[in-house]
Amino acid sequence: MLGFIVRRLLYLLPVLVAVSLLTFLIASLLPGDLAYVILGDQATPENVAALRHDMGLDQPIWWRYLGWLGHVLQGDFGRSFRTGQTVLQAVADRLPVSIELMLLAEIMGLIIGVPLAIVCAARAGGAFDRIVTGTAFGMLSVPTFLSAILLIYLFAVELHLLPATGYVPLSEDPIGNLRFFVLPALTLALAEWPGIMRVLRSDMISTLQEDYIALAKAKGLKPSRILFVHALKPSSLTLVTVTGINIGRLIGGALIVETIFALPGIGRLLIGAIFTRDLIILQGVVLLVAAGFVMMNFVVDLLYAVLDPRIRHGHA
Amino acid sequence: MATLDLGMEDDIGAAPAPRSRQLGLLFWIAIGWMALVFALALFAPLLPLPSPTDMDMLERRAPFSAAHWLGTDGLGRDELARLIHGARISLAVGLFAPVIGLVIGGALGMLAGYFRGRLETLVVGSMDVLLAFPPLVLALAVTAYLGQSILNLTLILGVLGIPAFMRVARAATLTLARREFVIAAEALGATHRRILLRELLPNVLLPLVAFFLLGVAVTIVAEGALSFLGLGVPPPVASWGSMIGEGRESLDVAPRLAFLPAFAFFLTVLSFNLVGDSLKAVTDPRQGAL
Repeated sequence: MLGFIVRRLLYLLPVLVAVSLLTFLIASLLPGDLAYVILGDQATPENVAALRHDMGLDQPIWWRYLGWLGHVLQGDFGRSFRTGQTVLQAVADRLPVSIELMLLAEIMGLIIGVPLAIVCAARAGGAFDRIVTGTAFGMLSVPTFLSAILLIYLFAVELHLLPATGYVPLSEDPIGNLRFFVLPALTLALAEWPGIMRVLRSDMISTLQEDYIALAKAKGLKPSRILFVHALKPSSLTLVTVTGINIGRLIGGALIVETIFALPGIGRLLIGAIFTRDLIILQGVVLLVAAGFVMMNFVVDLLYAVLDPRIRHGHA
Repeated sequence: MATLDLGMEDDIGAAPAPRSRQLGLLFWIAIGWMALVFALALFAPLLPLPSPTDMDMLERRAPFSAAHWLGTDGLGRDELARLIHGARISLAVGLFAPVIGLVIGGALGMLAGYFRGRLETLVVGSMDVLLAFPPLVLALAVTAYLGQSILNLTLILGVLGIPAFMRVARAATLTLARREFVIAAEALGATHRRILLRELLPNVLLPLVAFFLLGVAVTIVAEGALSFLGLGVPPPVASWGSMIGEGRESLDVAPRLAFLPAFAFFLTVLSFNLVGDSLKAVTDPRQGAL
């Protein structure tokens, strides 16, 4: 197991370096000089040259990259030239909101997806199975911004049950906080459950053909016990990987959902930075999100290896 | 959702239900809808439609009428004309971007799967770097720097699709390269080039084309999401995503302004998914009983 972790970590390192390089290159090579952006109206050639010199923008690109990487490794991602806030501070302020949103969404997705998958697998090919599978397929064509609009229209505009936008911190008003999170999390969950359902259902169907399930049936165990106790755990392996793969989609979805529902998370920080051309924040947030994403995938890989010994010995 | 993780969950585990190889009625309805949207988008300039960008402040959010079949939007622009012109953008980006992924990703995947070794490590590794970014985040960051235009949008979404096409091509090549007809060609002394182009390409192309249609659906969704956020096509150009985004402002007074483009959007994405999925089931090399 230790060898597996070391191997994966050694692979992670070049990926992370390449990610930082790509992030830096996107921010540096493309048009839109930072000095012009900062100076705005006062961008005379002299001012720009002076500022470029102060910021080190006149130095060769590989030198700037190394300097930037050095700062990043010391935890200094720079600060916004608009608000003066450091990147780390801005991210730390907003991270809890995004994490709460994604956790709630994943939980709701599992609550919808897992029972449906089990019931469908129990009677694969039946009427209920066909309806649910069809709905799941249809839901794959409903992006989050569509379901968000639909949910806002139903629950906020027509029924006045839930707020459409807004946020209170969890520490101030837990109930109010959850009320603000219901619609955004449900929006994301609507995009998550079809994937969960499809994967678990197909694994469950193959598990249910195993001999030990036949034995359990022959022993006269209750069908619900067979499904939930005997078949669920061995069938949930792929679900773990898919959850890992889906994190990227979840982050993208959270970005849109935060914007629509005005939740002050990482997504809104990023979009705000794009609209105000706050390039330092943008560069820092993209790097942190990508690094976090890589690490989460690493954790999912480890989890998968814990669950299935074949992976760590490379026989998968 | 709106990201470029193209149907990876389908690569894992057994095929869900035994799927019949016949293409059902739904398949042909989807083809019909696609053809209709295509024709409308293609011939939009020839159709007797009002301009999609002319504003009429006296006719804001007008209901359905003979002059404006689907009413007007918040700035008095003809909704039907905007819908049809929006289809042009969604389809143009949705079709051209996956071509980039298909060509580059397909070629890389075939080379990696055929030659193996260092080349494969390098290709797979560089794709991992691209996959290390949540796709929408990368697309947003690059559009922010490059500036908003239809060309930039197409290029970015195209590049983001490369890893997925690479995987499909590589997986198919790996399976096919062990088959008898390839071994026979090698034994006959065929060059690498001949084997790749004449033996492998025709067989790899089938799953790639099926995957291409799914790629179109994913790209249309991604374009819609970016335009919805106001970071896709620059206004006043109509795209379904930006129309839905603008319609959101008037959900309480005129919900149809969001729901009309949303419905067209949903049907189109669903059609591409349906057709792509059906073709994928038919062309999957693993199921080929030879």
